[in-house]
Amino acid sequence: MSTLLEVSGVSVSFDGFKAINNLSFRIGPAEMRAIIGPNGAGKTTFMDIITGKTKPDEGRVVWGEKSVSLLKMNEAQIARAGVGRKFQRPTVFEDQSVFDNLLMALKNERSPWQVLTFKPKFKDLGKVEELASEIGLSDELHRKSGELSHGQKQWLEIGMLLAQEPRLLLVDEPAAGMTLAEREHTTDILVEAAKTRAVVVVEHDMEFVRRLNCKVTVLHEGSVLAEGSLDHVTQNQDVIDVYLGR
Amino acid sequence: MRHFFHVLLALVLLALPAQLMAGPVQDILQNYRAVIEKSSRKTIEPAIDALANSGLPQAQKVLETWQAKDMWQRKSDGFFFEAKKVNAKTYALIDFDTGETVGEVAKDEIDQLKPNSGIRAVIATALVQFQLSDPDPARRSDALTAIERNAAADHLEPLRKSIATEADPAVLARKQRLERLLTIRFDPEIEARIAAIESFGGDLGVDLRATLNPLLATRRIVVAGKPGAELNIARTLRPGSDELPRDAAYAMLVDARLSTPRISASDKRAALAANIVDGKVAGIPVAQLNSDEARATAYAALAAGGKAAPTVTEAQFEAALAAHSFVDVYAEPSKAVTDAASDAMDAIQMRVGLNQALDLGLDALSLASIYFLAAIGLAITFGVMGVINMAHGEFIMMGAYTGYVVQQIIPDYTLSIIVAIPMAFAVTFAAGVAMERLVIRWLYNRPLETLLATFGISIALQQVAKNIFGTQARPLTSPAWLDGAWVMNDVVSISYIRIAIFVLALIFLGFFLFLMKKTRLGLETRAVTQNPRMASSMGINKDRVNMLTFGLGSGIAGIAGVAIGLFAKVTSELGSDYIVQSFMTVVVGGVGNIWGTLAGAAMIGFLQKGIEWLNPSNTLAAQTYMIIFIIIFIQFRPRGIIALKGRAAGD
Amino acid sequence: MKNTFLMRNPSVLVFLGLLALFTLGVTLMSEATGAALISTSFVKTLGKTLCLCLIAIAMDLVWGYCGILSLGHFAFFGLGGYMVGMWLMYERTRLIVEKSLANTEIPPTPQEVVDAIGTQIFGVVGSSEFPLVWAFADSLTLQLALVLIIPGLLALVFGWLAFRSRVTGVYLSILTQAMTLALSLYLFQNDSGLRGNNGLSGLQNLPGLGSVPQSVISMWFFWASALALGLGYVLAAWVVSGKFGSVIRGIRDDEQRVRFLGYSVEGYKLFIFVLTAMIAGIAGALYYPQAGIINPAEIAPIASIYLAVWVAIGGRGRLYGAVIGAAFVSLVSTWFTGGQAPSIPLGFYTINWVDWWQVVLGLSFVLVTLFAPKGIGGLFDLAQGIRAPRRHGQPLGPGQGALQEKEAQE
Repeated sequence: MSTLLEVSGVSVSFDGFKAINNLSFRIGPAEMRAIIGPNGAGKTTFMDIITGKTKPDEGRVVWGEKSVSLLKMNEAQIARAGVGRKFQRPTVFEDQSVFDNLLMALKNERSPWQVLTFKPKFKDLGKVEELASEIGLSDELHRKSGELSHGQKQWLEIGMLLAQEPRLLLVDEPAAGMTLAEREHTTDILVEAAKTRAVVVVEHDMEFVRRLNCKVTVLHEGSVLAEGSLDHVTQNQDVIDVYLGR
Repeated sequence: MRHFFHVLLALVLLALPAQLMAGPVQDILQNYRAVIEKSSRKTIEPAIDALANSGLPQAQKVLETWQAKDMWQRKSDGFFFEAKKVNAKTYALIDFDTGETVGEVAKDEIDQLKPNSGIRAVIATALVQFQLSDPDPARRSDALTAIERNAAADHLEPLRKSIATEADPAVLARKQRLERLLTIRFDPEIEARIAAIESFGGDLGVDLRATLNPLLATRRIVVAGKPGAELNIARTLRPGSDELPRDAAYAMLVDARLSTPRISASDKRAALAANIVDGKVAGIPVAQLNSDEARATAYAALAAGGKAAPTVTEAQFEAALAAHSFVDVYAEPSKAVTDAASDAMDAIQMRVGLNQALDLGLDALSLASIYFLAAIGLAITFGVMGVINMAHGEFIMMGAYTGYVVQQIIPDYTLSIIVAIPMAFAVTFAAGVAMERLVIRWLYNRPLETLLATFGISIALQQVAKNIFGTQARPLTSPAWLDGAWVMNDVVSISYIRIAIFVLALIFLGFFLFLMKKTRLGLETRAVTQNPRMASSMGINKDRVNMLTFGLGSGIAGIAGVAIGLFAKVTSELGSDYIVQSFMTVVVGGVGNIWGTLAGAAMIGFLQKGIEWLNPSNTLAAQTYMIIFIIIFIQFRPRGIIALKGRAAGD
Repeated sequence: MKNTFLMRNPSVLVFLGLLALFTLGVTLMSEATGAALISTSFVKTLGKTLCLCLIAIAMDLVWGYCGILSLGHFAFFGLGGYMVGMWLMYERTRLIVEKSLANTEIPPTPQEVVDAIGTQIFGVVGSSEFPLVWAFADSLTLQLALVLIIPGLLALVFGWLAFRSRVTGVYLSILTQAMTLALSLYLFQNDSGLRGNNGLSGLQNLPGLGSVPQSVISMWFFWASALALGLGYVLAAWVVSGKFGSVIRGIRDDEQRVRFLGYSVEGYKLFIFVLTAMIAGIAGALYYPQAGIINPAEIAPIASIYLAVWVAIGGRGRLYGAVIGAAFVSLVSTWFTGGQAPSIPLGFYTINWVDWWQVVLGLSFVLVTLFAPKGIGGLFDLAQGIRAPRRHGQPLGPGQGALQEKEAQE
């Protein structure tokens, strides 16, 4: 299996506290992966490193077929290379309409000049409509996103993520604050997405992870504790200790 | 000997009854009666020398009396006395030998001796040896001061003589130093002078430099051919070098009448204008004379026709320069002496340079203290609380004006400063609390709005101050004991007021550390700034803590205002002069860390002084370059010198 | 394209219509071209106000839309003024010098002319040589190009340094203020090459047009200022209307999120910063010939803060708000500080507005910030029944420049 992203031997510390400790991780181009771990395990920092928000003290982060290092790129370049990220708290542009939010996220040229002279083509409008119906916001297209409910904002952010057409999706607790039905819909979208691209889901909810039906990586104290199917890792003694004991 | 004297005296008494009371001093005076009466600078010296070298205790008194034009001659017998005016017509005569009054005479019976200034100067020189050996150390000291001020070659001998008998160590040291200085200037022996020069080492005294500088003074001369060996040449200059541009060299030749002047552009123009004939100059139409080439052609034609002075061609110019030497020569003829002096001067300059660096360091330190003082209040309100207060400078101004008002009420400067400091704190604390309550409280987490709102307050306060106190600067006078300076040597000195500000800055630093680390308020402040919600839920009254902390920061600004007002003029713009630098200090140092503020103030203070030192004429440029430096510095350390790291530092 | 853009933004049409009406009204009332109801100096004041409105639009773009509270845009404004002032002063001095030299018996050489101009211009700072910065002063075309290039270049270099190191929020504000202070201190020096604190003067006289009365020249500049304002408004409206506007408003509210969408935030900020610096330069180039004199005090940091005050009072984040704010505050300030406002006798004290206007302005600014973040522009929302959403005090994004709850429109 070819590799889309390979993280090897990465460490990072904040004022002496090792948030990530010699962590290695790899994922293929069309694969679903769930990451679980207790609070402070380094899940968010791990995502920060991949997206360029935090620079690791040591280690390598290699991307794509050409094996380029992500460490030399800034956040925007990494995003353009095809890494999309959804935050724990929904972050959408609340002063702007759903349409504007989606249009901004839509995969297109990103340089100031091209954006300045950009006129949405028929194709782009169609794509926005399509995404809006997929995330159930067709009727809200011209409302300001700040007026949406919490769940709707989650959806909008997932829609924006899909609009970017990334090759790797990093999704932080997508199901928080959603009803059961919405969760199922989210699962469907993610499973569908994972057919053509890599998806990394950070989640606490074991039921949600089970429904994803994918390989699971358990993080603890900044490094990988166990990896395998959900059943496999939940029977691992170390994992049980970390989650239940001590 | 004494016998002989008595016999002689008896003989004299017998021979000249009128000289019955004559003593040894009077004898000397009578011996030189003719020259004294003649009173001429050219012939007087033997008389003065005889007096000075007589060894008589009265000699000094005689010379002083003479110098003060109080010596009179009795017409009847030609004796000399000190005369004191009794009334307009009558004078009391005092005998020099005994010091007793011998009687009163009418004014027309005596003649006043009126030594001219030349004679008085000779007397003064003769007096030096007496004054240098005067029993009173203060008078000896005065004599030394007089010599230092106006030294002459004649002083050297008496000075040397007086050293042997000097008992007072302080005066002795001065005498020895002065003797060496005079040796350098006046001793005829070259070896002695060189030895004296070398004896000083790298002494920093201004007097030594004042002695050496005239030795090293040069004048620039031009000589035909090679300079002669009789000249003590400091250096030979090449025309066309930086020190001596070719035109300047040629001008020297012209001044020395060694060459004819070149025709300047304006002279050429004037000559052309004077020779316009029918709209043409030498056949060239005037309208075409708008280029240098055309003018040169026309002028050459004029010169050839004898209507203008001939120009000096480039070749002549070159030849004239080549035929002469341009040298700087010392006025001092001895090369050995100038070499020694030059070496000594180099050593001195080296040490002066080091000391100037030290002085600059002290200057920078005090500037840093001032910035620190101005910024420390900000370190609390901006650094710890994160509130951008553009009116901070106006709090400094309010403190300074409080000091001014207190001085109007309490005239004693010491007492008024002691009262002004708590008053200034109280006033600005109250202003700070009011501002926090009314404005800032509503704008936490909205730093940009805070910036603009506090700016509004800032311009309002400035204008109010202008309306109350007027636009002219108000003085805030420091107490007398803060005047003056601590002088380490002739180069390094620091005024007491700057020391006081430095000490005040240290006190504030200590106070800040104590407040933040050791007090309940400090703990609560840190808690509230780090996590206001958590702090509230632990029972900390967030509003109260914010109010007090902000008031405290403002109050410190008020005290800083008193200190700054002591050396800067108090105007309504006092605060705005410091506000940008204060913010820079906090930002450069690293927000939220008092050591950072200290480092920032030190860096900005030293940097500014350093740049001023490189370009001393221009403090504006120094500030410009410093700000540019800071902008670039922030590129490399965006979070300041002492940066907080980690996720808590803020995303 | 233009058509559809204007269709989509009817407020632009309204603004242009009002501006045209205003220009027409002033034209008809002026001394030179109309009924002489308003004085030439008032025409100049109005023309200058239009220039201030233009720079307010630039400020609104950079602060209201992009969230960068720049306290340095008056530096760009001043630089634009200096660039035009250099040509005006050089050319006018050249004409005077050539006229006086024409009377001499021998015609001057070109070097003599240049020297005489230099003595005329730099005599006040004890120099007669032309500094390097005057290299293009003899060419109107080049100096006009420099009106754009110099502010643009300064903004480019400064912005690149500042944005690259991710300096944001108040830190950026303080840094821009420092830049302005550095520039004004530099210009205050006599050897800065721009006549130190004397500045450039006599700019109201157009070279070669000595016979044209000031009343006519003032109208020309008034029309030029109105045209520049109109074009600037359209340009700004066009920039913020499309996806570009979306992106920069996104940067204002949450720049990190924009970054994760793959937009190079620094590039956008730099683009806006440079663009607005150039607009400010143009505004300054039109302003100072009407003011007649420019000196470094104009560039002092406080001027730039006033600019922010105008925009805030007018209502940031809406272009017409900036225009209203700048026009309103600067005209009212002129009225009060010009001594026209009647004093208020209180018996024990007489409130003299020349002395107290500044206080009122400062305090009213505090009140606007606290109670009416939408500024005067908020009145339009009120009229249209647009209210702010209820967000329990939450701003619209984590950025320091993000819109406040009360500034948002439902």
